[in-house]
Amino acid sequence: MPITVSLSVNGRPVTKEVEGRTLLVQLLREHLGLTGTHVGCDTSQCGACVVHVDGKSVKSCTMLAAQAQGASVTTIEGLAAPDGTLHPMQAAFREHHGLQCGFCTPGMVMSAVDLLQHNPSPSETEVREWLEGNICRCTGYHNIVKAVLSCAETMKSGAKAPAAAAE
Amino acid sequence: MTAPLDTAPSGTGIGKAVRRREDQRFLTGRGTYTEDINRPGQLHAYILRSPHAHARINGIDTSAAREAPGVVAIFTGADMAADKVGSLPCGWQIHNKDGTPMAEPPHPPLVTDTVRHVGDQVAVVIAETKNQAKDAAELIQVDYEPLPAVVSTADADAPDQPQVHPNAPNNVCYDWHLGDKAAVDAAFARAAHVTTLDLVNNRLVPNAMEPRAYIGEYEPSTGDYTLYTTSQNPHVIRLLMGAFVLSIPEHKLRVVAPDVGGGFGSKIYHYAEEAIVTWASRKLGRPIKRVAERSESFLSDAHGRDHVTRAELALDKDGRFLGLRVATKANMGAYLSTFAPAIPTYLYGTLLAGQYATPAIYVEVKALFTHTVPVDAYRGAGRPEACYLLERIVDVAARETGIDRAELRRRNLIRPEQMPYATPVALTYDSGNFPRILERALELADYKGFAARKAESARRGKLRGLGLCSYIEACGIAPSNVAGALGARAGLYESAEVRFHPTGSVTVFTGTHSHGQSHETTFAQIVAEKLGVPIENVDIVHGDTAKVPMGMGTYGSRSLPVGGSAIVKAVDKVVAKARKIAAHMMEAAEADIEFKDGRFSVAGTDKSVGIADVALTAYVPHNYPLEELEPGLDEKAFYDPKNFTFPNGTQISEVEIDPETGVVEIASFIAVDDFGRIVNPMVVEGQVHGGVVQGIGQALYENCVYDPESGQLVTGSFMDYCMPRADDVPSFTVQTDETSPCTHNPLGVKGCGEAGAIGGSACIMNAVVDALSEHGIRHIDMPATPNRVWQAIQAARVPVAAE
Repeated sequence: MPITVSLSVNGRPVTKEVEGRTLLVQLLREHLGLTGTHVGCDTSQCGACVVHVDGKSVKSCTMLAAQAQGASVTTIEGLAAPDGTLHPMQAAFREHHGLQCGFCTPGMVMSAVDLLQHNPSPSETEVREWLEGNICRCTGYHNIVKAVLSCAETMKSGAKAPAAAAE
Repeated sequence: MTAPLDTAPSGTGIGKAVRRREDQRFLTGRGTYTEDINRPGQLHAYILRSPHAHARINGIDTSAAREAPGVVAIFTGADMAADKVGSLPCGWQIHNKDGTPMAEPPHPPLVTDTVRHVGDQVAVVIAETKNQAKDAAELIQVDYEPLPAVVSTADADAPDQPQVHPNAPNNVCYDWHLGDKAAVDAAFARAAHVTTLDLVNNRLVPNAMEPRAYIGEYEPSTGDYTLYTTSQNPHVIRLLMGAFVLSIPEHKLRVVAPDVGGGFGSKIYHYAEEAIVTWASRKLGRPIKRVAERSESFLSDAHGRDHVTRAELALDKDGRFLGLRVATKANMGAYLSTFAPAIPTYLYGTLLAGQYATPAIYVEVKALFTHTVPVDAYRGAGRPEACYLLERIVDVAARETGIDRAELRRRNLIRPEQMPYATPVALTYDSGNFPRILERALELADYKGFAARKAESARRGKLRGLGLCSYIEACGIAPSNVAGALGARAGLYESAEVRFHPTGSVTVFTGTHSHGQSHETTFAQIVAEKLGVPIENVDIVHGDTAKVPMGMGTYGSRSLPVGGSAIVKAVDKVVAKARKIAAHMMEAAEADIEFKDGRFSVAGTDKSVGIADVALTAYVPHNYPLEELEPGLDEKAFYDPKNFTFPNGTQISEVEIDPETGVVEIASFIAVDDFGRIVNPMVVEGQVHGGVVQGIGQALYENCVYDPESGQLVTGSFMDYCMPRADDVPSFTVQTDETSPCTHNPLGVKGCGEAGAIGGSACIMNAVVDALSEHGIRHIDMPATPNRVWQAIQAARVPVAAE
């Protein structure tokens, strides 16, 4: 049976009629055309699909679209400022070569942004433990960790994150 | 100069850590991977796969499924056979010891009467939506008659085993050898010491993060086909699928490989699904999309490694290597994947000299069919297997002879003055300074201080081990004539086109493909520097057979040594033509024209003209030597390498093992690598990190396991197959040495994509076994999981306890 879901995605209200079994990631990718969020597995292990739901990082393949009713969702497409200025985490990934093929990157960035919301000054060990749910096959994690630690420094020293659309 | 990598961003030329131009789109969710593409009117395919390792199909009833909502068509192997769809071809032919060719059984995209591995393609359901296709597939009734299966590499050739193919008796694909057997026997006869080691190189699943995906499309008004595919080499797919499987001539088949989310070898091959969606798109007149779920990837992406080996090393009384004898069984899986036969032969046997001056080497490789997913190249491809064997046996020999392992290596390394060095296994190393790199690595790792660190670990109840690995690889695949003589059925050159536009910007077309390697940045660095134009004015185009001249794609660390060399060749042609035009513009003799930093000048005068102005003149040829020169400034080049390149290096790791739990922790990992000249140190460092973690993954975590009775894949998801995660690995120290550039390509580059993975597993396992050696443990097989390590320690303790 089709159901109707209304939520806010990257600051814009959307209403869609979807099959009841539709996952949040399917709503984003297939119904809203937001293909930045990726699907890398079918067991909620890889984290390529991480988005923010009401400000918290969530694997969007573990959640039904229906469960996002009324929620505020931010995807990788909504992370940079409206003028295109990259979020400090995006900028840090670029600066420190924290991505290669780019497929795990959206989930990795969204997850890392949430880490700094919880813990603005993580140690290397804390960064590694937080990112345990995001698999990257290209980088060996070295430069991802470097990017997250560097971003934490940048954000502490006052560079404000652009107001992400929905958070 | 040996120096830490300088990754500070300054300048854009060769050698600078230019930040990646790819990143903007990937970081903002604007990448275009195959699954992100949707074609008007597209349908969705779902592949019904075999649940059995081996079974006869007595019938397929699709009647209920055809009635399911949204279903447009269901096809089976019989439908493809009726259309005379060909077998998926193998790109390499190996010959047996007796000169006869390997067994090459057919590999239909959809099976007709027998399934040969769990995941084999049985039928395709095509429906309006993905869910409808998947739901309908559950309604298909397949009458399987299960048959006994064989999955074990070690036993597949035993006479009583189930047979995978009727034309491959005892499941033997080929029985190959290389080297001088008599010389090796003689070496062993006069050896002071012989070290023997049995080892398993465990089977791996490549697991690029983007699952494979395809869209096939047919335009009836023109007869044109388009295939969007997650491929590392779109031209190769066009050739193989067009010529051998679907009989589509190249001018009617466009293959596009857009952004691709990692490959590591697994996206080189021509897969059944490519042929299925392309063929079905014509049958139905609508585009057909198929995206794998990860569980399907485990069951259908080509796997890697899977060797069982006995190796013997003969040494004289001073520890000099006299001879090496190797007998390997290599698992091919159920069918021959595109490159499969070449991996355990010409990318493995030929690497068994390693960095050592072993005078006599003999290797025998028996390739065997089993009821498992096909096995093919996975990052390093044959070379990690060779390196693992060699570096493990050298360590065991060091322990047995009592010679320090660094000293034993030192005594046997090929010296720089011996270059070019012809090995006894068919390769000629052109360059490298192995002793220099070994010493540099020993210093960087504080080899001398290890005993103190080990004692300190012991005080905390931990076992500490140090692992040393000196690897070499043959990359930049390959000189076409050599590859052809060795059984390759294609050339292995690379193409490039450098197109100046009228107002001075440049588009470069390359036949290589970037799926993480950063070509859009590094190739632009080369072109910008060579042409003297701003890097912002240079774009790199790849991955579309409609745009790019025939090229061979990306694998075997070949993009820069082969593809980069093709680009340099095309740039040289552009400059040569532009020089003639500049001479005309400045009314000077061509011989007097100098080119530097993007400007042509007349020697000894202040007359000069920029290359952008020359380009404009070439396209607006009002004042132009039209009698002698064609208009335009757009040059194409094909580069065929003269030799392989030989990246090499030494890695040193230290691990700490908790003997109570068997948990291995990596305390440090350093690498000193010779990749020849470096174009972008930041990118190189990233390639090494990623490769090393794949090596660590094999050594400590990853293992592809089949149930020996049922032939079921036990490790079929990320819940069961342990991928290395951020908290499993340390940060790394990576340095390069640029003092021994490649001698035979114009950039002096060797390639860096596989190095980390080639040495990584041996390096870690040498450390693990070193740590365990105080319990008398001489060898354990990968992966060194806590359970396996703990078991080894317990087994070693038993006799002590019994005394």
